[in-house]
Amino acid sequence: MVRLAASAAVSVAVPARERASSALSLGFVTGFLSLIVALPIAALVWASREDGASGFWDAVSSPEGVAALKLTLVMAAVVALVNAVFGTLIAWVLVRDRFRGKSLVNAVIDLPFALPTIVAGLVLVALYGPSSPVGVNVYGTRTAIALALLFVTLPFVVRTVQPVLIELDTEMEEAARSLGAREAAVFRRIVLPNILPGVLSGVTLAFARAIGEIGAVVIISGNLPYRTELSSVFVYNRIQSGDRSGAAAVAVLLLAISFVLLLAVGALRRLATRHDAAA
Amino acid sequence: MSISIRNVSKQFGDFVALDDVSLEVPTGSLVALLGPSGSGKSTLLRIVAGLERPDAGAVHIADEDVTGHAPQERGIGFVFQHYAAFKHMTVYDNVAFGLKIRKRPRAEIRGRVHELLELVQLEGFASRYPAQLSGGQRQRMGLARALAVDPKVLLLDEPFGALDAQVRKELRVWLRRLHDETHTTTVIVTHDQEEAMEVAETVAVMNRGKIEQVAGPVELYEHPANEFVMEFVGAVNRLGDAFVRPHDIELSLVPNGTTREAMVVRVVHLGFDVRVELVRDDGEAISAQLTRDEAAALELREGQIVYVRPTRQTTFVRD
Amino acid sequence: MPLRSLGLRGVAIGYLVVILLGPLSMVFWRTFEHGFGQAWEAISAPGSVHAFELTLIIAAIAVPANTVFGVVCALAVVRGRFRGKGLVNAFVDLPLALSPVVVGLSLFLLYGRGGWFYGLFADHGIQILFALPSMVLATIFVSVPFVAREVVPTLREIGNEQEQAAHTLGASGWQTFWRITLPSIRWAVVYGVVLTTARCLGEFGAVAVVSGHVEGKTETATLRVQDLYENFNLPGAYAISLVLAAMAVIVLVTMTVIRPREEIA
Repeated sequence: MVRLAASAAVSVAVPARERASSALSLGFVTGFLSLIVALPIAALVWASREDGASGFWDAVSSPEGVAALKLTLVMAAVVALVNAVFGTLIAWVLVRDRFRGKSLVNAVIDLPFALPTIVAGLVLVALYGPSSPVGVNVYGTRTAIALALLFVTLPFVVRTVQPVLIELDTEMEEAARSLGAREAAVFRRIVLPNILPGVLSGVTLAFARAIGEIGAVVIISGNLPYRTELSSVFVYNRIQSGDRSGAAAVAVLLLAISFVLLLAVGALRRLATRHDAAA
Repeated sequence: MSISIRNVSKQFGDFVALDDVSLEVPTGSLVALLGPSGSGKSTLLRIVAGLERPDAGAVHIADEDVTGHAPQERGIGFVFQHYAAFKHMTVYDNVAFGLKIRKRPRAEIRGRVHELLELVQLEGFASRYPAQLSGGQRQRMGLARALAVDPKVLLLDEPFGALDAQVRKELRVWLRRLHDETHTTTVIVTHDQEEAMEVAETVAVMNRGKIEQVAGPVELYEHPANEFVMEFVGAVNRLGDAFVRPHDIELSLVPNGTTREAMVVRVVHLGFDVRVELVRDDGEAISAQLTRDEAAALELREGQIVYVRPTRQTTFVRD
Repeated sequence: MPLRSLGLRGVAIGYLVVILLGPLSMVFWRTFEHGFGQAWEAISAPGSVHAFELTLIIAAIAVPANTVFGVVCALAVVRGRFRGKGLVNAFVDLPLALSPVVVGLSLFLLYGRGGWFYGLFADHGIQILFALPSMVLATIFVSVPFVAREVVPTLREIGNEQEQAAHTLGASGWQTFWRITLPSIRWAVVYGVVLTTARCLGEFGAVAVVSGHVEGKTETATLRVQDLYENFNLPGAYAISLVLAAMAVIVLVTMTVIRPREEIA
């Protein structure tokens, strides 16, 4: 979806009645967010401090936890990169190509948004697990994790690149051709620089999603500690065994990463529009 | 570097954009393709550029058949109505693009780019981005960019269409001067007859996928080939079968043999020219054009009765 | 060039089949592999029926709550004047980037023993954790962003000229909201509601942490799928999954139908 800058809302003198109702709605918004999001997060951060700095460090640096975190970050990075390539490719085909059934393919892209992740995990193990009808069994391997994460992150890059491609002035490409650039050069010098912010923000969103995923991986990965156990599963296990502060410490780490990624997406959004002509 | 368009046809679905069009553009000339929207002029230009493929016919550039060639291979320079500026590159990089693609040495590129920026009067703007330029500046950059690769032919697709009237006038003069200096074979597409007449030596008037007439501005105006051309290249009064230019309508305060009575409806002062809208005794609306002095001598007022007759008229034989 | 585009198209579709469509088709196949009977048994078992009911009840609470919040929040952010918009935006977007397990844990810590709110509810005999309330809270948390994020850009694009016109014609704040603002964001709201609903129906990680997985009491449909799988009841797991997948397809179709309207409006 492309959103263009709107006509600026003209400011009008605000009567008392309106000020009261906007104060009310602001109160509702902050109250709701506090209750639902902010307070639980605060409780989490607080709990991670329970055992002090050394306790926090011990919990975060446990061998199993570190292994889980490393695996999580590496897998998320791999998946993000695969998405960068294939997501852009799929977006390109959806925007520039024309074939029967294209709108069906376009609709299917959103499936990971609509399908419960546990169902995704189940069908992945059905197709790529021990009783695979195509003879592919990756149960309990890191490949399985990659497949599950690729499933759930599929839409991100596609949906961030599509609107950019749609908006892209094809005349720039024609101009490049008229100046002698071959197709590869046209893509590399004209298309890519302009879609890059879109690709990057999709990649960042995919990365953030992959780091937190549990439903899709919990079945097919086997959750073997040090081998196929992701941070999300690690935290879950810590909770089940009653180690709340240990779980909280790792969770806070994940929270911090998520936060940084959100900031990155925001920055990328601003980067994307820096070359757009003023009004 | 002449252009030869031979029997080119093009259809978009059911819509016939070009119907067996042929045109010769001599080396070093500046030809305008003039016509209303839908006349096929842009399509023709894009076919010459290789941005569209014709359904039939051939295009030759510098005596070489380029009909099957991609735009990259034709050695053309193309200027777009909406500039097609590379918005992620500076003005310098935009103009240098074609040279970088051809892997020219950096020093050569630098020299050429600055030479061109000077030519288009954008010297200080090299490190700016297109978003920071005005429309007119962006289009001058577009011209510099197209010229940088020493194109065999220069093709301009309604280059001033997106600009303010004043900027448009300035750039027209400027383009003419540029052509006089560089002598690159140029084809310009426009729907503005004033622009075509001012800039080009030869104008090809197009309508509904066909070329109606190819001639110089004077010839076009004085001896239009048909009704369409006459009506398109200038204002015209249609009085029955006769076509009369507004400035060929003579107004007098007293009748004489061949004059008819008419009432002044409106007098519009357009600087030096004065346009007088009249209604003739038989109800026909007439638009006459007088000089300031002529109008003053007649002391024209709304509602006044005057006497009109055409000093010159044209009729066309229907075939 | 046509050959090249055919290649790209093939790669794109091939990728989608391997990652997405292939796995999806399995749910249809595996469910009916052993015939309708077994599938029906699994779906109609009391535990399953309760799981579906619970999922729907949670969604029935969470979706309206987030819809109201989303619209009010979008209006406040786009039209309001207050400092801290960045903070509001950050908290609204946070659930998108946050692991559901972390969400569940944070609720666990807030409402569980030793948590700030524990005493508040325990003293009145109200159970939050391992009961419906925490599951609702978890589901609301993870689905907070969707309506707001859909409505904000639409509101920005529309501008407030229509509302100003309404005011000059004498409409009150509420009338303007109901007759002018709401209709103008209607499709964005619907699209956001569809996304929210899908998220609520599919929630797993956060609810897994807070619910306690008690069959027949605190097991949602998604939790039940995992439960059945781990108890080697594969046909059962597939059957429930099929129902969930069918719901997902309905959501998908709705999204596809609405999206063009949302973009034009």
